[in-house]
Amino acid sequence: MNDDNNSPEVDETDGADAETVEASAPAKDTAKDKGNPILEFRNINTHYGAVHILKDVNLAIYPGEMVCLLGGNASGKSTTLKTLLGMVTPTTGEVVLDGEVVNDKPTSYRVERGITMVPENRRLFKRLSVAENLQLGAYLRNDKAGIQEDLERIYSMFPRVYERLSQKAGTLSGGEQQMVAMGRALMAQPRVLLMDEPSMGLAPTLVQTNFELIEQIHQEGIAIFMVEQNANMALSLADRGWVLQTGRVVLDDTADALLANPDLRKSYLGEA
Amino acid sequence: MSATIATDTAGQGMPEAVSKGAFDLDWANVAKSGSIAALIMTFIALSGMPDGLDARPIVDGVRVLTIGYLTLFAVPLAFGWMIGNEVVLEGMVATKRGPRDLVAGAAVGALGGVGLTLLVVLMSNFDLRDPLVNWSPQLFNLLTFDSGVGVGVWVWILIGAVLGAIGASLRLLPAKIRRAVIVMFLTVVGFSVLQGLIDDIVGNVGETIRDPGRFSEFFGEGDTPRPRVDSVFDPVINFIYSQTGGLKLVGAIVLALVAGALSLSGRGRIKAAKASYNAKTGPERTKQTSIMIGITAVLLILLPFFSGKIVNELLANVGIFLLLALGLNIVVGLAGILDLGYVAFFAVGGYTTAVLTAPKPGDAWPEWLPTLPWWGALLVTVVFAAITGLMIGAPVIRMRGDYLAIVTLGFGEIIRLLFLSDWLKGYFGGAQGITNIPAADFGPLGTVSGVDPRSVFYLVLVFCALAIYVSWRLERSRLGRAWMAIREDESVAEAMGINTVNVKLMAFVVGAVLASFSGAIFSAKVGSIFPSSFLILVSIIILVVVIVGGMGNIMGVIVGALVLIGVLGGPKQPGLLQEFSEYKLLIYGALLIWMMLKRPEGLVPNVRRSRELHQDEFLQDAWLKGEVDTDDEDGELATEVAPA
Ligand SMILES: Nc1ncnc2c1ncn2[C@@H]1O[C@H](COP(=O)(O)OP(=O)(O)OP(=O)(O)O)[C@@H](O)[C@H]1O
Ligand SMILES: [Mg+2]
Repeated sequence: MNDDNNSPEVDETDGADAETVEASAPAKDTAKDKGNPILEFRNINTHYGAVHILKDVNLAIYPGEMVCLLGGNASGKSTTLKTLLGMVTPTTGEVVLDGEVVNDKPTSYRVERGITMVPENRRLFKRLSVAENLQLGAYLRNDKAGIQEDLERIYSMFPRVYERLSQKAGTLSGGEQQMVAMGRALMAQPRVLLMDEPSMGLAPTLVQTNFELIEQIHQEGIAIFMVEQNANMALSLADRGWVLQTGRVVLDDTADALLANPDLRKSYLGEA
Repeated sequence: MSATIATDTAGQGMPEAVSKGAFDLDWANVAKSGSIAALIMTFIALSGMPDGLDARPIVDGVRVLTIGYLTLFAVPLAFGWMIGNEVVLEGMVATKRGPRDLVAGAAVGALGGVGLTLLVVLMSNFDLRDPLVNWSPQLFNLLTFDSGVGVGVWVWILIGAVLGAIGASLRLLPAKIRRAVIVMFLTVVGFSVLQGLIDDIVGNVGETIRDPGRFSEFFGEGDTPRPRVDSVFDPVINFIYSQTGGLKLVGAIVLALVAGALSLSGRGRIKAAKASYNAKTGPERTKQTSIMIGITAVLLILLPFFSGKIVNELLANVGIFLLLALGLNIVVGLAGILDLGYVAFFAVGGYTTAVLTAPKPGDAWPEWLPTLPWWGALLVTVVFAAITGLMIGAPVIRMRGDYLAIVTLGFGEIIRLLFLSDWLKGYFGGAQGITNIPAADFGPLGTVSGVDPRSVFYLVLVFCALAIYVSWRLERSRLGRAWMAIREDESVAEAMGINTVNVKLMAFVVGAVLASFSGAIFSAKVGSIFPSSFLILVSIIILVVVIVGGMGNIMGVIVGALVLIGVLGGPKQPGLLQEFSEYKLLIYGALLIWMMLKRPEGLVPNVRRSRELHQDEFLQDAWLKGEVDTDDEDGELATEVAPA
């Protein structure tokens, strides 16, 4: 793939002016209908020491939509999530949350405003009980009644989690851990759920269930930003997607267009 | 023959147990274990422990049943037990237990005995007393049972073989019987070790029952001491204990039988009580918990009345270190911050209290330095400790793991060196420390000073109760959860919105405040403090208490402090086994290694945690047997291949 070919497209997504240019992107129109983006990257560059990871990345996540970020290993997908959540500070560019530049705001500030992450490999607090894991998801919330209400909601969503409340999270099966990880994230009352490879390490049968679950959460009106290697699956669910290559956004289009893109089919979808 | 794990036998299905001839052993392994046993026994002999503890009989009149001999006997017993524990995989076949285990145990024990045989032979021919201080005639006599080299050369091989076989045979017993045997053994040794304590307390209780008027004397009323009366328990005590120390033979046998019977009959009942307690929920459980706490409190309040000075002193010391351990448990156990310089906060607490309460702490202090009462000084001490916690915490908190440990170690020493320095001599007295620290005065409630260990015990009890309550609450609080989350996975904790830097600093501050309480009490108790009271060793010992107790486990830390500080002794304080003082650190070290290898979950494990840590073993065993077997009544997963 050629970066130069695609860079004009990247620029077009920059903020609200993009709308006027592209006519062939119905998803973007839906995005426009949904109002202002919750979370945005404006020309983000992120470095680890001297290593340049994210290069002039522009993204926007609108309320209630489902978008996905594709890319090969070490292309900077997890780094994108960490930068969005403020665990990594970009060197230049702006991270915008509800129209406010939040580059120098801590992670807690963003979590409080509805940005929540389900980390790569679930990463539960292994020696803590399931109940404690869920409580930690609601760490920044003070509304006791609301927390209790959300807990009940999660119990009804995942009856198995309820059965295992006092079990140590590390002893749960992979599928159960995934449920707790989702539950933990939902406890933060997210508006945007950032998911780092949600199907990684799950048995093939569970991958399907897992995507159904994500779809279900999405139906409740929570915006989903999903990082996935399983491009086929992710794109079949998502409205829009980006493709990241060595830290640069090389494709930015509707999910359908991406699915049809021959370059993408060749490099990411393989023979599938 | 070899016992290597064959990987090329896949497809054979589940393992199948086979019987083998009694001598069909893994001799290489036996030889290896035996040599290790021999080395350990020789090392123990030359460490001076058997000799030093020989004066401490377990059963009076039985020459070989002293704690000194026990230190040697324990080795073949343990190795016999362990060699039986070896799960031998031969291909996909797990071997059954049986006589071959006895042979293996005996062989390992005998090999261990060979170590002492060699030592006896060497001792009879050479004098190496110069480098090896314990190369003494006393040790020689002990090793040869006073019967000369002719006996010495073979007797240990025999003893080793017998004890090794006994150790291995424990494995062959049904779990219930095995437990009873172990309980019997521990009861006899325990009663012997705790003789001073039991004698003292039971004696006082018995005297008070005969002459209830004595009770008022404990409150300091009555000028003339009441005439001594015989304790009502004297017959029992005299039946069990010999006047010259140790148990009487008959007493020991009766004790063992009673303990064994109780173990066989009582086990189910204890389990039932536990289960019924665990099954209860809500107010009923709260009620039961309150009753238990109430009973414990009453017993603890009564205890000092019925204990002599030595026991009270001991309890006070245990309390001071328990307070430290509870604080460190929050830092290390809950928040997962390996602070090796924890003694710094103990020192700051001690010195601040000393400076504020002593009439003339140092020449360099300005005139306006007030002399406060102890509790007034305590308030300032707490503030100071919190500030020190922040100051030490801030620079180190961003580091992780081993770096943090090393830096805190450094800070711990720096604080002590500051108190020791000539530069601050005018303030803290350098090596001479601060003396004339007055007793803590609580007005109508009395004073607390080292002269009256009972008062120290009460003060310490109040603070320990407070610390336990705070730890318990914290563990279930939002802050406590944040600490545990950071301990488990710092970056995910951050992603949950936890401000990791602040929360970790809080752990430092809470730990520092608890340690400063301990320091303040210590200061009032000892009356004079020196930099040498705050050696790095204190940090290490407290850490060992926390680790041995089971990190993050309050009950475990309490038991750890009682066992380690109470029985073996603290950094400078003797424990119940005063003779052990010299070998305290050796034992602490050995215990720590053993704990890390065998019981990483601590002495009082949280059941679930323990399963998780031993999961590999469970799985391996389950796989070996083709099933997951359960112990007869415990419902614990069995960790061994059951006897045929
Ligand atoms: N803390 C760090 N310090 C230095 N380099 C880092 C750090 N974290 C990530 N990197 C590097 O940044 C690059 C991008 O990492 P990132 O985790 O974002 O990749 P990814 O797209 O999520 O890959 P994968 O699909 O394998 O998870 C990698 O080369 C990685 O080695
Ligand atoms: Mg990644």
